Amino acid sequence: MADRLPIETALPVGAIDTRASGWWAMIFVVFTEAALFAYLLFSYYYIAVQPHAPHTFPEGGLPDLKLAVPNTIVLLLSSGAVAWAQFNIEKNDKRHLVWGLGIAAVLGMIFLVVQYFEWAAKPFALASSSYSSLYFVVTGFHMAHVVVGVILLWALFAWSAMGYFNRVRYAHIHIGALYWHFVDAVWIAVFFTFYVTPYLGLRT
Amino acid sequence: MTITDYERVPTVSTDENQALADKFKRLWETKPGLAGFLSTVDHKEIGIRYIITAFGFLIAGGVEAAVMRWQLAWPGEHVLTPEQYDQLFSTHGMTMIFLYAGPILSGFSNYLWPLLLGARDMALPRLNALSYWIYLCAGIFLYAAFAFGFGPNDGWFNYVPLAARPYNAGPNIDFYALGMILLGISTTVGAINFIVTFLRMRAPGMSINRVPILIWGTLTASAANIFAIPAVSLAFFLLWMDRNLGTHFFDVPTGGSALLWQHLFWMFGHPWVYAIVLPAMGMVSDGLPVFCRRPLVGYTVVALATVATMVLGFGVWVHHMFATGLPTISLSFFSAASIIITVPSAVAIFAWIATIWTGRPVFTTAFMFFTSFIVLFTIGGVSGVMTGSVPVDWQLTDTYFVVAHLHYVLIGINVFPVVGATYFWFPKFTGRLMDERLGRWNFWTMFIGFNLGFFPMHISGLLGMPRRVYTYADGMGWDWLNLITTIGSYVFAVGVLLFLINVWKSYRRGAVAGDNPWDAPTLEWATTSPPPPYNFVVIPTVASRHPLWEDRLQQHEGEGSHVDAGLVLDHDREAIGTSSLDATPDIILRMPHDSYAPVILALAVTAFFAGLAFHAWWLAALGALVVGIDIIGWLWPERKLGETAEPAIHG
Amino acid sequence: MRKPFAIAAGPKAVGWACLCVVFSPVSRAFAAAPLNYLTSAGVQGDSVLPLTWGVTIISIAVIVIIAILVAGGIWRRPGLSVQPAGRRLPVEEKASGLNWIWIGVGISSLVLLFMVVWTMAVLARVTSPPTRPALTIEVTGHQWWWQVRYLSRDPAQIFTTANEIHIPVGEPVRFKLVGADVIHSFWIPQLGGKTDAIPGQTNETWLEAHKPGIYRGQCTEYCGVQHAKMGMLLIAESPGDFAAWRAHQLQSPAHPATGGQWAGLANFTAHCGACHAIRGTDAAGMVGPDLSHLMQRHTIAAGILPNDPADLERWISDPQGIKPGALMQKPELSANERASIISYLETLN
Ligand code: HEA
Ligand code: HEA
Ligand code: HEC
Ligand code: CUA
Ligand SMILES: [Cu+2]
Repeated sequence: MADRLPIETALPVGAIDTRASGWWAMIFVVFTEAALFAYLLFSYYYIAVQPHAPHTFPEGGLPDLKLAVPNTIVLLLSSGAVAWAQFNIEKNDKRHLVWGLGIAAVLGMIFLVVQYFEWAAKPFALASSSYSSLYFVVTGFHMAHVVVGVILLWALFAWSAMGYFNRVRYAHIHIGALYWHFVDAVWIAVFFTFYVTPYLGLRT
Repeated sequence: MTITDYERVPTVSTDENQALADKFKRLWETKPGLAGFLSTVDHKEIGIRYIITAFGFLIAGGVEAAVMRWQLAWPGEHVLTPEQYDQLFSTHGMTMIFLYAGPILSGFSNYLWPLLLGARDMALPRLNALSYWIYLCAGIFLYAAFAFGFGPNDGWFNYVPLAARPYNAGPNIDFYALGMILLGISTTVGAINFIVTFLRMRAPGMSINRVPILIWGTLTASAANIFAIPAVSLAFFLLWMDRNLGTHFFDVPTGGSALLWQHLFWMFGHPWVYAIVLPAMGMVSDGLPVFCRRPLVGYTVVALATVATMVLGFGVWVHHMFATGLPTISLSFFSAASIIITVPSAVAIFAWIATIWTGRPVFTTAFMFFTSFIVLFTIGGVSGVMTGSVPVDWQLTDTYFVVAHLHYVLIGINVFPVVGATYFWFPKFTGRLMDERLGRWNFWTMFIGFNLGFFPMHISGLLGMPRRVYTYADGMGWDWLNLITTIGSYVFAVGVLLFLINVWKSYRRGAVAGDNPWDAPTLEWATTSPPPPYNFVVIPTVASRHPLWEDRLQQHEGEGSHVDAGLVLDHDREAIGTSSLDATPDIILRMPHDSYAPVILALAVTAFFAGLAFHAWWLAALGALVVGIDIIGWLWPERKLGETAEPAIHG
Repeated sequence: MRKPFAIAAGPKAVGWACLCVVFSPVSRAFAAAPLNYLTSAGVQGDSVLPLTWGVTIISIAVIVIIAILVAGGIWRRPGLSVQPAGRRLPVEEKASGLNWIWIGVGISSLVLLFMVVWTMAVLARVTSPPTRPALTIEVTGHQWWWQVRYLSRDPAQIFTTANEIHIPVGEPVRFKLVGADVIHSFWIPQLGGKTDAIPGQTNETWLEAHKPGIYRGQCTEYCGVQHAKMGMLLIAESPGDFAAWRAHQLQSPAHPATGGQWAGLANFTAHCGACHAIRGTDAAGMVGPDLSHLMQRHTIAAGILPNDPADLERWISDPQGIKPGALMQKPELSANERASIISYLETLN
C-alpha cells in the first residue's frame, strides 16, 4: 500500500524561493496594513467633507510640493533598488544583492530626513485642528512604517553580507521586499490624498 | 552548490512503528516545567490555554451580568451606584464579545485545525504562541484597570463624545483603548496564522472542497478579521490621541466628527459579530452530521454560504446607525442589505434541518446542544431581521429588544455550540468522555434558563424599556418581565455551573474514550485521544471529506484515504507543505522548536502599552526596543529551519 | 418611585381590530406600559405599526415552523438514545437532502423580498411629513435634561422651556435635534421612532399626534451616569389650547406678590441664577433648564419627579440623592432660604 502514496519525486526541504510560510504571512500582513491605511484615508475624506471654516482645510492653504515631490521620487527609487536586489539574488549575484539593499536603506533614511524638514516647515502642530491632526497622524503612521522598513532593510543587508542567502534560499529577501514595496505603494496613496486632492478641489 | 542539496524524497511508513513514534516524541515534546510552559509552540497546548482562559472570562463576564441582573430585578433597586452599573455593563459587553466569544473559537480552532487537516502543527507555531500570550496580557491589562475601578464605562462600543476627555476625565477609556489595540494585535496575528495554515498545511489530497466546515468558518472569520480589525484599532488609537495628545478627530467644535467613530467602529463591529459565530456554526456543521449518521447535506452550498455571509457582512454596518440622521438613500441600501444577508443563513439552517431529517439522530448531549442551537439561531436571526427594517428599528433600537437579539445570537450561536463542541471534542482533548447524565441536566437547565431569561427581554423591549439603564421606575410595565429575566438568568448560570462541574468531574474520572468514541469521520479521530505532540506518526493522505467513513459511504476517489500509512518526515520537526487548492505535496517544511521569543515579545508589547497608559514614556521606549530586538532575533535566518544558504542540517 | 402622571394614550385600532382581539390581554399590558410602541397615537406610528406587527408575526411564524421542523426531524426516526462509546454505527447517505435547501431558501427569499419592499414603502412614507409643518421646535439634549426652543422667524415669538414639549394635535411638527454635549436620542414611542441628537449636526424628524394626551419620552442613547433618568413629556393638545399655552409662555412670569416671595427671588438669583434663567429677572443662567413657567410643568428633573411642592423641596434640598451625578450640585441653602425660594418658584405659572 505504502508504495502507492503520491510522493515519488524529491521535495525541497525548508524555505526555497518564496515557498516559505513567512512569505504567505507577509502577504496577509500587507493586506491588514493596507486596510489600516484605507481606514486612515477614509477618516481623512470623511472629515474633509464635513463643514469647515473657509481656508482651514487644508490648514495653511494648498500644501507645498517642493519637498514632497522629490521625496516621493526618493522613495520610489528605493523600491527600485530593492527590486534590483531581488533580481540579483535570483541570479546568485550576492554582491549586488548587498548593494541593492544598502542603497534602498540609505534612500529610505533620506526620505525620513526630508520628511522631518517637511514636518518642521508646516505652520501648524499636531493639536492645531482636525486637518493638522490628520496630516501628522497619517504621515506619521507612514513614517513609522518607513522606520520599521529601514530597520528590516539594514537587517537584510547585514544578513546578506554574512552570506546567508543564495539563488534558492532567499525567502527573507523577498519577504522584506514585499513589505518595502508596500510601504512605498501606500505612500502614493497618502501623497495623492494630502498633496494632490486639494489641488483637485477637495478643500474649503 | 546545486539545488539537489536542498531536496529529499520523503520516506513512507505505516503508523505502527514504535521506533518512529519514540523519535517523534523526542523531537516534538515540550519540555516539562516552567521552561516548557513558557516556550511551547504546540498548537494543542496553546489551544487548551485559549479555551481555559476564555472560559475564565465567560465566568467573569457572567458574574458581572449576574450582579447587573440583581440590580434590575426590581424597579428602583440600588445595590449598585450608577457609575458601578455603567462599568459593569461595559465590562460585561467587552469581556463577552472580545475576551470570551472570539478567543474561545480561536482556542477550539487552534487545537483542532492541524488535527482536522492532518498536519503536525499550525503553519506558524511561534506566531500561534505569540497570539495567545498577547491575548492573555490584553485580558489582564483590561481587567487590572477594572479591578482598580477604571473599567470601560461607555458601553462596549464606546461612542464619542462621551468617551472623550471632557466627558470622561478618568483613565477608564485610556485603558480600554490601549487594551483593545493590544488585543487587536493578538487577533490579527492569529488570523494570519489560520489563513496561512489553510493555504499550506492540508494533508496531501485534502483539496479545498474536502476540508471540514469548521475550517471554512475559521478561515472566513480570519480573512474578515484581517480587514476589519484595523478599523477598530485605528478608532481606538485616534481616540487615545484625542484624549492624550489633543488631536481633533472626534472633537466636534474643532472640526472633528462624532459619527466618524461610529463608522469606524461598526465597519469593524458587524463583520466581527459574524467572525465570532461562523466558526461556531462550522462546529455544528461538522458535529451534527456525526450524530445524524450521515454527511452534512449541501456541503458546497454551506461552505459558500459561510463565505457569502462574511462578504455581505462588510456591507451592513450602518444598521447600527439607523437613528443617526443619515440620508434615506443610505438607510434603504443598508436596510435591504441587512434583510438580504439572511439568505446565506437560511441555507445553513435548512442544511442542518435536512441533515437531521434525512439522518438517524443519536441523542447525545452534544447533539442536543447542536440542535437546540438551530432554534436559538432562528430566534436571534429573525429579531435581527426585524431590526434590519429601518422604520421598525427606529422603535426597536436601544431598547431591550436589541439586548434580546444580541444575546440570542451570541449565546445561541456561540455559547450553545461551544458547549456542544466541548461535549463532542472533550474525549479528544483529554481521552475521557463527559458524563452524559449530568450532561442532560446541564442541557436542560441551560436551555430553559436561557429562554426564560432572555425571551422576555423581547417583550420588555417592545414595551419600551431602554437598554443601559441602571434602574427604572415602577409603573412602566416592565417589573414582572425583569424579575422573570433575572430568575431565568440565574437558572442559566446554574446550567453553566453544571457544565463546569461536568468538565472537572469528567477530567478527573470520566470513562476512557478511545480514539474515536463517536465513530466520527474526520482526521482528528484517526489519532489517539489525547493526540501525541506530533499529532500523527505518518501524514495521512486524503481522498474524500470523510476519510473514516469511506468504507461505508464509497464516495472517495481512487483507492481512498490512507490514515495508517503515509509520509514520515522525521529529520527534525518537519511537516508537509501542500499546494493551496489541490493539496499536492510541494515542500517539506522545517518547523520551529520551542522558543521564548513569543512570550518575551508579548511582554514587551504589553510594557509598551502600559507605558503609554501611564505616560511612562521610558517604559514605552524600553518596550519598543525589546520588541525590535526580539523580532530581529526571531527572524534571524536559521540553518536548522532551512532558511540559509547551507542545506538544512539533517535531524 | 411613584408613578408621576397618567397616560392618556390608547391603542389606535384602524384595521388592527382583529389583532387586538387576539392580543387583547397583551394590549392591556401595553396600556400599562407608557413607553410601549406596539400601539400608536400618531401619524408616523400609524404607518410603522402595521410593519412592526407584520414583521413580528412573520418572525414568530418562522420560529414556529423551524422549531416544528427540528422537532419533527428528531422524532421522526429516532436512532439511539445513547452512543455506545467507540462502537461503529451504520452511516448512510440515502437522500441528498438538497431539495430542503432549495425549497427552504426559495420560500425564505420570497418572504424576505416582501419584507424589503414593505420596509421601503413605509420608509418612503415616514421620512417626510404629509404636509409642510408650520411649527418647528428645536430640542437640545443636555446631560441629563432636554432644552426645548420654539423657533420662529419673528424673534419675539421664540421662547425656551425644558423637558416638556407642547404640540397641537392634528398637524405635523418639525423637530430639530441637537446634542449639546454628548449624543442623546429623542424618542416619543407612542408618536414615532428615535432620532439621535448629535453634537455638531442638526438632525430633523417630525411627529404628528392624532389625539390629545400626555405622551412619555425617553433619551435612548447612552449618555452617561443619568441616562436612565433622562425622560420627558410630550403634551399634545387642541390647537386652541396650544395657542393659549404658547401665548402664555411668551410672557414673563408675574412679579412676586409677597415679601417672602421677593426674598425668594433674591435668593434664587443669588444661588441659582448662574445656572437657571427666569424671564424678566436677573437670573439668566444657561447651564440648567429654563424655569420661567416651572409651575406649568407636570414633572421636574427630566420627567422623573411629579411637580408638587414636596418633590420640589426634595429636589432642591438634595438633587444628588435623587439623580446621583446630575449636573446640579446640592445647593448650600439654609432652611429659610430654601423655603423662600420654593414659595417663589410656586408663583411661576
Ligand atoms: C453573534 C452575532 C450576531 C449575528 C449572527 C447577528 C445577526 C444579524 N443581526 Fe445582529 N447584532 C449583534 C450580533 C449579531 N447579529 C449584536 C451584538 C448587536 C448589538 C450591538 C449593540 O448595539 O450592542 C446586533 C445588533 C443588530 C442590529 C442593530 C440594532 C440596533 O441597535 O438598533 C441590527 C439591525 O439591522 C442587526 C441585524 C442582524 C441581522 C439582519 C442578522 C442576520 O444575520 C440574521 C440572519 C438569520 C436568520 C434570519 C435566521 C435563519 C433564517 C431562516 C430560518 C430563514 C427564514 C427567515 C425569514 C424569512 C425571516 N443586529
Ligand atoms: C457572548 C456574549 C454575551 C454573553 C454570553 C452574555 C451573557 C449574559 N448577559 Fe450580556 N451582553 C453582551 C454579551 C453577552 N452577554 C453584550 C455585548 C452586551 C451589551 C453591552 C453594552 O451595552 O455595552 C450585553 C448586555 C447585557 C445586558 C444589558 C445591560 C444594559 O443594557 O443595561 C444584560 C442585562 O440583563 C445582560 C445580561 C446577561 C446575562 C444574565 C448573561 C448570562 O448568560 C451569563 C451567565 C453566565 C454566568 C453567570 C457565569 C457562569 C456561572 C457560574 C460561574 C455559576 C455561579 C455564578 C452565579 C450563580 C452568579 N447582558
Ligand atoms: C451648577 C448649576 C446649577 C445650580 C447652581 C442650580 N441648578 Fe437647578 N438644575 C441644574 C441642572 C443641570 C438641572 C437639570 C438636572 C437634570 O434633570 O439632570 C437642574 C434642574 C433643576 C430643576 C428641575 C427643572 C426641570 O424642568 O425639570 C429645578 C426646579 C431646579 N434645578 C431648581 C434649582 C434651584 C432652586 C437652585 C438654587 C437653589 C438651582 N436649581 C441651582 C443646574 C443647576
Ligand atoms: Cu441622554 Cu441618554
Ligand atoms: Cu450588525
